[in-house]
Amino acid sequence: MKKIIALGLTALMAVSVLTGCGGNSEPQKVTTDGSTSMEEVIGVLGEAFQNDSGIEVTYNPTGSSSGIQAVQEGRCDIGLSSRALKEEEKSAGLAGTVLAYDGIAIIVHPENPIADLSLETIAKIYTGEITNWSEVGGNDAEIVLIGREAGSGTRDGFESITGTEEACQYRQELTSTGDVITAVSQNPDAIGYASVSAVADKDNVKAITVDGVAANEATIKDGSYVVQRPFVLVTKDGEELSEAAQKFFDFITSADANELIASAGVVSAN
Amino acid sequence: MKQSVKSEAYAQQRMKSKQRMERIIHGVFLLLGLITVGCVLLITLYLVISGLPAIVEIGPVDFFLGQEWAPTAGEPSYGILPFILSSVAGTAGAILLGVPIGFMTAVFLSKMAPSRLKDVMEGAVSLLAGIPSVVYGLVGMMVLVPGIRKLFNVPDGASLLAAIVVLTVMILPSIIKMSVTALDAVPREYEDASLALGATAVETYFRVSVPAARSGIAAAVVLGVGRAIGEAMAVMMVAGNAPNMPGLFESVRFLTTAVASEMAYSSGLQRQALFSIALVLFLFIMLINATLNFFLKREKE
Repeated sequence: MKKIIALGLTALMAVSVLTGCGGNSEPQKVTTDGSTSMEEVIGVLGEAFQNDSGIEVTYNPTGSSSGIQAVQEGRCDIGLSSRALKEEEKSAGLAGTVLAYDGIAIIVHPENPIADLSLETIAKIYTGEITNWSEVGGNDAEIVLIGREAGSGTRDGFESITGTEEACQYRQELTSTGDVITAVSQNPDAIGYASVSAVADKDNVKAITVDGVAANEATIKDGSYVVQRPFVLVTKDGEELSEAAQKFFDFITSADANELIASAGVVSAN
Repeated sequence: MKQSVKSEAYAQQRMKSKQRMERIIHGVFLLLGLITVGCVLLITLYLVISGLPAIVEIGPVDFFLGQEWAPTAGEPSYGILPFILSSVAGTAGAILLGVPIGFMTAVFLSKMAPSRLKDVMEGAVSLLAGIPSVVYGLVGMMVLVPGIRKLFNVPDGASLLAAIVVLTVMILPSIIKMSVTALDAVPREYEDASLALGATAVETYFRVSVPAARSGIAAAVVLGVGRAIGEAMAVMMVAGNAPNMPGLFESVRFLTTAVASEMAYSSGLQRQALFSIALVLFLFIMLINATLNFFLKREKE
């Protein structure tokens, strides 16, 4: 028994040693980790950078909080967060650089006659103050609220923008943008939210206008479309990036990357 | 004489080298066996170490009996009673629906079906067992959830009922296969004796074959319970995942889906609490395994 425990502990230590130095054993590689919403934009930028410089960019879609944690623990070069850094994260020695802005589209079933809602009405719908579509001029049917799981960057973004933190009466909490779109497309009385870039070319759901403004690049950039959130690059404050990571960072925050960022359906910040 | 001494020494040497080889092979096999044991121990140790602190910090009463789960709220609450009850209700529902269907199918396949039909049906059952759970989930999401919504005229079909139906289909292969094996193993003489005494075929199956195979059938049911309580992916796609107390048309979250849905984005105490949920699930499954072993052992005897 003792032997087995010793063996187990040895294995555990060996594994922890391996993970400890996994981050910087390969110098000519940039590792990114974080928000699943940023997959497309990082994918496009990484590919262009790789073709240009030959340096490989890896992306690990774990979620904003995981990405931030990964930077802090030195498990990746650049963390990706689809929300602004929290105060406690900043005080833990992390710095955020806004790469782009992503609009969050409010989506309904294509058969739903509703085409516009105010931000206030959306908040009231999600907090359960308004429960029937007829109250906002639609069919007489109960509103089915579809959202994301606690901790999701999109949910955090949506709830902080609408001021409905911890008050949303979700009927379904799904774990990916795709699932939300599918669920809304299957239910004529559903309402959901997802990245604008994810719903742009979908015809199985309808993105409604908010306060009369449709979500598109111009309205997100000038701030008139209000349901939007930043895509943030997270690094350690005052600590130098590896040479390859710094090159990548400079490239994606330069004007050269604007077109690529736009092709991913989000609006560049620089 | 000299010759025979020499050959004896040679034989002894050969014997020794053979024994050494035996010992080496013995060691290698032991080592390979220990890999599995080591994995189990490592996982158990890891779960206990990472799962216990949150239970202590939250308090066992608040954790196990708390009815509200809001880990990201300003004043977070970590009650997992809704998850436990949903998991139990979902599993019980699947067993309630799945066992009669699976059991009857097994009796039919083992005792009544013509051999060609039996081959075809057993092939279909095996195929059902091989379908990945994400496919069950996807079909459930596209067909079952809208279907329940229309059929029962509820606002949304993603509910405990949808999860129960998906789980029922998923546990059928385990129940059918294991029951068929148990029924096939009933000695032919038992049935012949019953038939000779004038019982009809159906009477024989239910009064003689099934009681003789009951331990195996009980093991099949327990295996079904284990499969149902451990399923995450398919349930996550059809159950709605809101942390409500269970109700047939209510959107619910199981123990498995509670861990799976929030793990990616969690941090701090929320993450620790997810490990605690995993620990609870682990204990449930250990309990089920112990029950399964009990039935299997009894069947052997």
